[in-house]
Amino acid sequence: MSNASTNTSKKTDEVAIQLNGVHKWYGQFHVLKNINLNVQRGERIVICGPSGSGKSTLIRCINRLEEHQQGDIIVDNIELTGNLKNIDAIRREVGMCFQHFNLFPHLSVLENCTLAPIWVRKMPKKEAEEIAMHYLERVKIPDQAAKFPGQLSGGQQQRVAIARSLCMNPRIMLFDEPTSALDPEMIAEVLDTMIELAETGMTMLCVTHEMGFARKVADRVIFMDGGEIIEQNEPEEFFNNPQSERTQKFLSQILAH
Amino acid sequence: MSVTEQQYAPGEHPDLPPPLGEAGLIAWFKKRLFSSVGNTILTLVAVFFLYHVLSAIIFWTLTGATFTGETKADCDLGGACWLVIGDRFHQFMYGLYPTDQYWRPNLTFILMVVAIVPVLFDNIPHRGKFLLFSAIFPFIAFYLLSGGWGLETVDTDEWGGLLLTLVLGVTGIVASLPIGIVLALGRRSNMPIVRTLCVCFIEFIRGVPLITILFMASNMLPLFLPEGVNFDKLLRALIGVALFSSAYMAEVIRGGLQAIPKGQYEGADAMGLSYWQSMRLIILPQALRIVIPGIVNTFIGLYKDTTLVSIIGLFDLIGIGLVAVADVKWRGLAPETYAFIALLFFISCFAMSRYSLWLENKLHTGHKR
Ligand SMILES: Nc1ncnc2c1ncn2[C@@H]1O[C@H](COP(=O)(O)OP(=O)(O)OP(=O)(O)O)[C@@H](O)[C@H]1O
Ligand SMILES: [Mg+2]
Repeated sequence: MSNASTNTSKKTDEVAIQLNGVHKWYGQFHVLKNINLNVQRGERIVICGPSGSGKSTLIRCINRLEEHQQGDIIVDNIELTGNLKNIDAIRREVGMCFQHFNLFPHLSVLENCTLAPIWVRKMPKKEAEEIAMHYLERVKIPDQAAKFPGQLSGGQQQRVAIARSLCMNPRIMLFDEPTSALDPEMIAEVLDTMIELAETGMTMLCVTHEMGFARKVADRVIFMDGGEIIEQNEPEEFFNNPQSERTQKFLSQILAH
Repeated sequence: MSVTEQQYAPGEHPDLPPPLGEAGLIAWFKKRLFSSVGNTILTLVAVFFLYHVLSAIIFWTLTGATFTGETKADCDLGGACWLVIGDRFHQFMYGLYPTDQYWRPNLTFILMVVAIVPVLFDNIPHRGKFLLFSAIFPFIAFYLLSGGWGLETVDTDEWGGLLLTLVLGVTGIVASLPIGIVLALGRRSNMPIVRTLCVCFIEFIRGVPLITILFMASNMLPLFLPEGVNFDKLLRALIGVALFSSAYMAEVIRGGLQAIPKGQYEGADAMGLSYWQSMRLIILPQALRIVIPGIVNTFIGLYKDTTLVSIIGLFDLIGIGLVAVADVKWRGLAPETYAFIALLFFISCFAMSRYSLWLENKLHTGHKR
């Protein structure tokens, strides 16, 4: 594993996420095979790989949207077991953005953002609203606060989703292909938001095929195939000098377009 | 129709108002009713039938009907004889409730309106306080209607007419929604015991007719209860009606839960909401909204099904109607009696239906695409 860090890296020596020998099956199907991964606090990781390689499954195991059957996952020094208390504690510290945003359509943008702080963190409504407006300003859509998600463009919805996660003040953010349901001009606005977030020193795990983004902000790029981590390296090395044949093939395919 | 299109330079086209619809009443008639020979014939035939039906109805109910008089002999105009309704009006409203105590059902009715309005409309001022009143209203209503503690006790056998229909209908509606929600959630639960219990309950209740349940509640239940324990016939009917409609309600709500995308559950989970929080704040508000038509449908069905209690010897509107029809003094006035009962039911059911439409429109937040 390469330890070299780029100039802008906010990476520290503290461990944020630790996966030791993680296996997962869907019925008979072995979807994650012996995953070992350490993520430092402040580290930005981009995960890529062909469709069906288990990228989503991997990051969804980190906040227990999927259950792993073997190995240990330790997030923020809390071990992820069947213990509901631990799961809740981890979910409070880990924010997640989905490919299809998963905003709550019956609540306004502001209510989407204040819901979890009010009900999970027991924050007074007024304070939660102030924090929500602060993050909506950061993702540059404070003027949409009163609208409903169905009235926003895809890019705006995804930025609301990012703001909504940030309102919980998470220490780790997970992104599962946040831009792959968006049109090109909207992709740029969402990536800009994510780059700004990276500059604040947030620990980020991001499944994406936006290679420009990976080069710019990632400390490490991980390539997965067939449920295994095939290769991981810092972005320059990863893109210019891929080690395995499968990585080379994958890169030549996505960079061809 | 050729309107010369005005030319604009590319990129300069201004926003124009939309074209006007074909204006005028005559144009409307021409287009909708007389656009072709066949259409014209259909229109004329329909008008002919409508005229005959409507004029007959108006004659019977109003112009040819008798509104004042003492006995059936005064009804000689050929239309309806509404005297029977006037004569028995109090029974239609209160059943055999003691005459000098009518103020109690009246007051209860007024309080019921006060209790229901804040539940139905969320834009009234001080809604929170009114909702508190709505929550304690059932107890006030029970005290007012049945008495005790300073009020003369009125046995439930004496309740009847619209009063009884409303008690059954409102209690059934109020009880079936929460029980239905719990059953629907239980049926989708991961816990096998909870799920099995809910499935068995729903399938059993849906598998038997309401009238059977009412008979069982009124005749068989006492056999299973320990000696000496005997509770009110009305209460037993109430429980039967509420359980019956909650099984239907559960299936309606389950349909709504099924329609919520998995992403909504995951969004709620990822934010750390507990199971009950995510149900209450995220899933149920959306699921119930989708199935408002089904819920109101069940309410209306339940409200009308309460008439079945007349078969187990309770005098709801139909029960009172049957007594009125059997009265020798008013022999042969069944149409008037049933028309009046139908009107009372229609008013309530139509109001529920309109409310549901209004609510659907109000809750529409632009996420239907
Ligand atoms: N709930 C499930 N049940 C059974 N198999 C599943 C389930 N979810 C995913 N899979 C399978 O697991 C494999 C990995 O899925 P995953 O969603 O993690 O892939 P991915 O790398 O995120 O792919 P993509 O780039 O298309 O999102 C796929 O082959 C998929 O068919
Ligand atoms: Mg995926």
